[in-house]
Amino acid sequence: MSATLFRNARLLDPASGRDETGAILVVDGLIAALDGGGVPSGTTVIDCGGHCLAPGIVDMRVQLREPGAEHMENMVSASHAAAAGGVTTMAALPNTEPPIDDVALVDFVARRARDIGLVNIHTYAAATKGLKGRELTEMGLLAEAGALGFTDGIRAIADALVMRRALSYARTFDLLLIQHPEEPSLAAGGAMTEGEMATRLGLPGITPAAEVMMVERDLRLVEITGARYHAAHVSTAAAIEAIRGAKQRGLPVTCDTNETAVGEYRTFAKLSPPLRSEWDRRAVVDGLRDGTIDAIASDHAPHDQDSKRLPFTSAESGIIGLETLLPLSLELYHNGHLPLISLLRALTCAPADILRLPVGRLATGAPADFVVFDLDRPWQIAEDDFRSKSKNSPFDGRPVQGRAIKTIVGGRVVYDSKD
Amino acid sequence: MLPFRHRHLLGIEGFSPDEITTILDLAEGHVEPNRQADKKRSVMRGRTIINLFFENSTRTRTSFELAGKRLGGDVINMSVSGSSIKKGETMIDTAMTLNAMHPDVLVVRHPESGAVQLLSEKVNCAVINAGDGSHEHPTQALLDALTIRRRKGGLSGLVVAICGDILHSRVARSNIQLLNIMGARVRLVAPRTLLPAEAERLGVEVFHDMRRGLKDVDIVMMLRLQTERMHGSFVPSTREYFHFFGLDYDKLAVAKPDALIMHPGPMNRGVEIDSEVADDIDRSVIRHQVEMGVAVRMACLELLTRDLGNGPAIP
Repeated sequence: MSATLFRNARLLDPASGRDETGAILVVDGLIAALDGGGVPSGTTVIDCGGHCLAPGIVDMRVQLREPGAEHMENMVSASHAAAAGGVTTMAALPNTEPPIDDVALVDFVARRARDIGLVNIHTYAAATKGLKGRELTEMGLLAEAGALGFTDGIRAIADALVMRRALSYARTFDLLLIQHPEEPSLAAGGAMTEGEMATRLGLPGITPAAEVMMVERDLRLVEITGARYHAAHVSTAAAIEAIRGAKQRGLPVTCDTNETAVGEYRTFAKLSPPLRSEWDRRAVVDGLRDGTIDAIASDHAPHDQDSKRLPFTSAESGIIGLETLLPLSLELYHNGHLPLISLLRALTCAPADILRLPVGRLATGAPADFVVFDLDRPWQIAEDDFRSKSKNSPFDGRPVQGRAIKTIVGGRVVYDSKD
Repeated sequence: MLPFRHRHLLGIEGFSPDEITTILDLAEGHVEPNRQADKKRSVMRGRTIINLFFENSTRTRTSFELAGKRLGGDVINMSVSGSSIKKGETMIDTAMTLNAMHPDVLVVRHPESGAVQLLSEKVNCAVINAGDGSHEHPTQALLDALTIRRRKGGLSGLVVAICGDILHSRVARSNIQLLNIMGARVRLVAPRTLLPAEAERLGVEVFHDMRRGLKDVDIVMMLRLQTERMHGSFVPSTREYFHFFGLDYDKLAVAKPDALIMHPGPMNRGVEIDSEVADDIDRSVIRHQVEMGVAVRMACLELLTRDLGNGPAIP
């Protein structure tokens, strides 16, 4: 038996609403007690210095690039990046090479995660074979092998009939379908959100309506099929409003958003979905505040220099986010937009519940996955410090507030800022 | 006088329990004679039966052909899929042409739902629906009923699970009707992609899990999954389909110990049904169904032609 006591911590558990100074006893990888009580002899004691202790972050949208593009990222480098960012559970998209559309590949991810043994790595599986948007994958068998949900990754399932059947089939086994909500025919060739900025830069724009159109279509199909549906990285006021209405009607719908900022010509700020207007950004904050948006994910998308050192239109979309998710999310708290406990909910138990994982909470018997963080510490994001293999972040040099000090997975310290 | 008031046999819908019993009783009487060396009867002597098939079929067509011949009628087969349609003749023109030759019965199969009824409105002979699209296949439901009745003594009160591609199945639709009329309880078991909308309104219980759907049933009816539907459009693959919805001993274990296994054929072994289960002589009545098919079709032909006089002259 191994026991560790994390004492002198501000315990923050969004699932129960707990916010109080206390200690947490971990025995054999599980949370054994939250309110002191008897401590077994031989217990290791770690003083948290009065800092915050919250459930580890559950990042429900990352791209790990393994198998297929290990020069950009692999599960080892991503695990280290996650640990440094306070992320204890990652859910990986299936858009690898080959795509994760077969039971053997789900097994591969599980085996690699076990061998690396730093943070929890789960994978989604493709909803359609080869992510081609035509034929359904073996969702039942893939789920039995451990796939958390089904998605075509950074591609929308464009064909309405295929989407209907995917939802209908997924419902047979009560599985989760995740959509990249963007009408592809409107997004084709586009590089950024349509509007004044795109016009001035002379870049092909994507109308923000491309998002709400896909969301609204999908919501109709959810209404027919009753399947569990999750819209990824919603970023427009209209789409958020559509999801708000769907939730009020009782549809089994959830969504997440990600942390983005406004940039210039720099391809490191080329995203999918593209950066939006201030109006949309505020709608995202409102959506988080009223619970329409359930979760915040990093949408970690590593790209090497060659994929980004290109003219804007030709460059790949996406930024890395595992190591910046916590400090950038905390901006919402420091700016007074969101109470700390609500913000943490969107990073921990809310995504865990969507994915039906037993993590993301400080509860007796739950896995001892948590992060100790300094809520107020000011620091500057520096790409040289990234553990991720790729450095494509537009936030290099940005001053932020709040940082992970220790990350614990299964009771084991997998990151310590002192090291 | 036997209760039977139909000019055509287009579907099970609209039949009374008495009428169904009449057909089954009559069919029962053909079972033993069909097993004898001399199978020939004379009740349809002089009658002409045309098997008009707009869709490929071997089993059903052969069964009707034998039924007609054993009753002493003259049977000819027309496969239309290849010939007249290519020449541009419409279905109704084909039917009218044949009608002019004074057949007594047209046995019609067509890939479109409702086509056989439309045809029946244009001819003045009796029409038997040998399967129209995804709508009805009444003689299959009747032969299934006869098979069950011979093994279980009756239909009322039995729990019957119909499993697989309900969406495209005319066999399922006819069986749901017949079993409900006869007082059996019907369950459907299928992935949601293979179930039609509002299926529960057909008077059935719907399941998506074989172990729940087969719990304590008396009869397991498996349906054929067409090859073109196996690879990603309705179900992802044959191995996934078999894993979750294929009938094997493991899933069958929750059914009653004396539950019968049925399949309208042709079977996809290893897709919807495990080979051993299909061939289990204690449980599987699949061969028996084929045998009852001839007897049931004889009964239908006999009933429909019993009261036919000479057809009116064609002007």
